[in-house]
Amino acid sequence: MAVSGVITDGEIDVDESRRKLLVAATAAVGAVGAAFTAAAFVESWTPSESALALGAPTELDLAQVEPGQMVVTVWRRQPIYVVHRTAEMLAGLAGHDSLLKDPTSEDSDQPPYAANALRSRVPQYLVLIGTCTHLGCLPKPHFAPHDPQIGAYWPGGWLCPCHGSRFDLAGRVFEGSPASVNLRVPPYSFASARKLVIGADPA
Amino acid sequence: MAAVVKPPEAPAAKRGGLRAWLYKRLPIEEFISTQLTGYYAPKNFNFWYYFGVLSIVVLALQLLTGIYLTMFYKPGAATSFESVQFIMREVDYGWLIRYIHSTGASAFFLVVYLHMFRALLYGSYKPPRELLWVIGMLVYIALMAEAFMGYVLPWGNMSYWAAQVIVNLFGTIPWIGPGLVEWIRGDYGIADATLNRFFALHVVAVPLALLLLVVLHLVALRRAGSNNPDGIEIKEKLGPDGHPLDGIPFHPYYTVKDTVGVGVFFVLFAIVVFFAPTLGGYFLEHANFEPANPLSTPPEITPSWYFTPFYAILRAVPNQRLGALLLLLAVIAYLFLPWLDRSPVKSMRYKGWLSRLFFALFVAAFLGLMYAGLNPPEGAFVTLGRVCAVFYFAYFVLMPVYTRLETAKPAPERVRFHAHT
Repeated sequence: MAVSGVITDGEIDVDESRRKLLVAATAAVGAVGAAFTAAAFVESWTPSESALALGAPTELDLAQVEPGQMVVTVWRRQPIYVVHRTAEMLAGLAGHDSLLKDPTSEDSDQPPYAANALRSRVPQYLVLIGTCTHLGCLPKPHFAPHDPQIGAYWPGGWLCPCHGSRFDLAGRVFEGSPASVNLRVPPYSFASARKLVIGADPA
Repeated sequence: MAAVVKPPEAPAAKRGGLRAWLYKRLPIEEFISTQLTGYYAPKNFNFWYYFGVLSIVVLALQLLTGIYLTMFYKPGAATSFESVQFIMREVDYGWLIRYIHSTGASAFFLVVYLHMFRALLYGSYKPPRELLWVIGMLVYIALMAEAFMGYVLPWGNMSYWAAQVIVNLFGTIPWIGPGLVEWIRGDYGIADATLNRFFALHVVAVPLALLLLVVLHLVALRRAGSNNPDGIEIKEKLGPDGHPLDGIPFHPYYTVKDTVGVGVFFVLFAIVVFFAPTLGGYFLEHANFEPANPLSTPPEITPSWYFTPFYAILRAVPNQRLGALLLLLAVIAYLFLPWLDRSPVKSMRYKGWLSRLFFALFVAAFLGLMYAGLNPPEGAFVTLGRVCAVFYFAYFVLMPVYTRLETAKPAPERVRFHAHT
């Protein structure tokens, strides 16, 4: 009887199926080990604890935001646009829904309390993440309506200098812009009548 | 069949000394006799065949100057911009080393684009050189990554916003996009963490990949042999000595020819480095002379000239996901060329007028996109970008159709080139 692995008459009698099983099992264990090791390297790229800590909520004194003006603050390295909208500005938001890609913000990113026509908790204060939803440039304010550079239809809003996306004073994107969705609304709340907290929205 | 090159007979056995000692331990003589003096290249190379060797020259230049720049550059959001100023103002000849590196980046793309043009013109991507072409395209893609990350390192305002725009492209991928972007940045925005990982990739990881791919490219070239302006296989007509009748040894014939080309290249290169290192904002953009500012987008964001064709395609589409997808397709479309081209001949010399027309339109569209991408995304420039994008993609998409429809002229048996007498 030939014993596996023993040389008989100059030839090795190899148990092929056993060898295949051992090779496959070894490779499988090795692959699992490689995957777990790779996970460490992949995980190393995620934001560090200190970066996460810098993402804590930030506060803004609303007294400094005059009617009709925009103040830019920073939360999570992103510019936050806070606009104190006047009655005229709010009135200008009606009537151009047909020019917008997502007038009711169904496809856009905002907390539930901002998923309304004015995209805000209270009508007069609009809070937006000031990076274009296209590729992250800062849209520039062009609040004057009928800006001759943009067009007679212009109700006031933002124009992105990089790729030409246009947004109205609720951060809603106009048709013909490369951006597909409205400017994002961060989570926010009012700690008092004049203190805005960006990044926290206790229910 | 392949030219049979006899290995040298017992190379250095008869000789003594250091040479013999060395040759016995390293296959230097075999390398010279198989890869240089014994490597037969077609005798009809023309002007367009300078740009392969020039790519290698520029790669060497970038490695040399890059290593020296890392000696003075300090990666980090707080130190990068200052350290580049330090290189420019304080380090002896630091300005020269940096300008060679920044001009080298543009020169790299210039010679690679001309090298690719040559391949498209003479059908060098067609069988048996499909893999050679694919490896070459991987070199090009690695080069794009290398150039982009190098552009971020000075941490000027254009660096910052270029990083913002390009990294956000990954955010358009469905489902995983937003998480992927945060993972790439290592922060809620482009930050110190992003800059440091880009430094590591730019200085170590991508150059290693580039070198490996370039070596593979050359190995694949040696396997298939060089194509030539007539697009015929010189290996099919061998002389009594076993060498191609239309081939001449790479060394000394082409090494001498290339040396002249490299000399001319260095003259032109030096003119840019010494007299116009920013080339009016095309090689080094003005907005990058102020430090990164997350709260101020430069008035116009345009990438370096070598990326503008793809950038113009991105901007031509009024939908972000589709724009990003078309940008990706515009880059990887080249990979499929060997299988899209159904023409019986390789070289444009023998292809029909449809191939010539679509190729001419493609080259015009590439330049038109480059021009559109350098200008603001308004009015006529958007229209130009859209029209050019159509012709750009038509070259690839319709290739299986027009290369089959047209009648190609028969390619000659032997290369049609006769040395001057």
